Amino acid sequence: MDALVAQLQMQYRNYTVSLYQQGFLDDQFTELKKLQDDASPDFVAEVLSLFFEDCVKLIGNMARALDQTGTVDFSQVGASVHQLKGSSSSVGAKRVKGLCITFKEYCEANNYEGCVRCLQQVDIEFKALQTKLQDMFNLEKQIIQAGGKVPQVDIN
Amino acid sequence: MVMAAEPQFHVLAVDDSLFDRKLIERLLQKASCQVTTVDSGYKALEFLGLREGVEINDPDAVSTSPVIHQEVEVNLIITDYCMPSMTGYDLLKEVKESSACKNIPVVIMSSENVPARISRCLEEGAEEFFLKPVRLADLNKLKPHMMKTKLKNQKLEEIETPSKVESGTVAAVVEPESEVEPKQIYLQVVQQEEQTVSNNKRKSVEEGLSTHRSRPRFEGITTAV
Repeated sequence: MDALVAQLQMQYRNYTVSLYQQGFLDDQFTELKKLQDDASPDFVAEVLSLFFEDCVKLIGNMARALDQTGTVDFSQVGASVHQLKGSSSSVGAKRVKGLCITFKEYCEANNYEGCVRCLQQVDIEFKALQTKLQDMFNLEKQIIQAGGKVPQVDIN
Repeated sequence: MVMAAEPQFHVLAVDDSLFDRKLIERLLQKASCQVTTVDSGYKALEFLGLREGVEINDPDAVSTSPVIHQEVEVNLIITDYCMPSMTGYDLLKEVKESSACKNIPVVIMSSENVPARISRCLEEGAEEFFLKPVRLADLNKLKPHMMKTKLKNQKLEEIETPSKVESGTVAAVVEPESEVEPKQIYLQVVQQEEQTVSNNKRKSVEEGLSTHRSRPRFEGITTAV
């Protein structure tokens, strides 16, 4: 059904562009897509899945480190933030990366409240991104199931 | 992977993060390189034949190819800077201080833009310093460096006589032409424990090989592709 495919493709394009416009994704995500090809058709999905696993693990570490009644080891928190900043940057998760930068500054300033706030925000942001990307992948699947090809989306 | 006649570069990628290893592996594959990934500087040194240690069946050994001391040619080492126990800088130093591997170009990656760190690495002999996230465009800068070692090895191929050293304990490494008279290759004594002084009275051109500096034998490589 060509009309359906065309409609889905348009939906997909609009959705993808909005993710960039709203700052969820940046051009590093575009770079990741370039690495996906017939030899590695699920590369982006695999990398994202690793990234989200990382998020869960690192956020857990940060929460534990911040939960110490007594002295909080900010360098420990900072180490996890540093890792998360690295992976979010590599994946193109723009908002998460931005939060990590702020978070890192709070760690360096030993600012407990700032850190706790950032932790909450990072948690919310990565989950929001996960949902958005899941929606995007679902659209891709629908396009393929309808017999179409997933279009290359040009982000200007 | 097609074993084509065209040059295939083999890159050893070192990073303690699984995530980053996956990325750099895909990047390098996309750039048509053969890739071996390891998760630490120590594993890298083992792969290069510069260090004994971890057993092949070590459950902690995370690499996409078995850690074997076979004749594998590495055309480039790309390593993360920040790694526990052995940093990329430490690895760089070890490689550059080894007579066998010092000609392998080393590239450092880091997520942090610290000028002092960058210049330190470049001074120690790193060819390039990439800021993460590394992109395909960055890797294109590496081709000339890898081509250099490849051509050098091919040149040695042409000059050498195909004779192998009889006893397994005697081995020597050919010094690059720039440090020795360009027209001839002399046997050199290698500062490694298991080497014994070889017969360097002979003037005939002969090349002894240590495990990691050998003729390119891509057919035998079992690295990830």
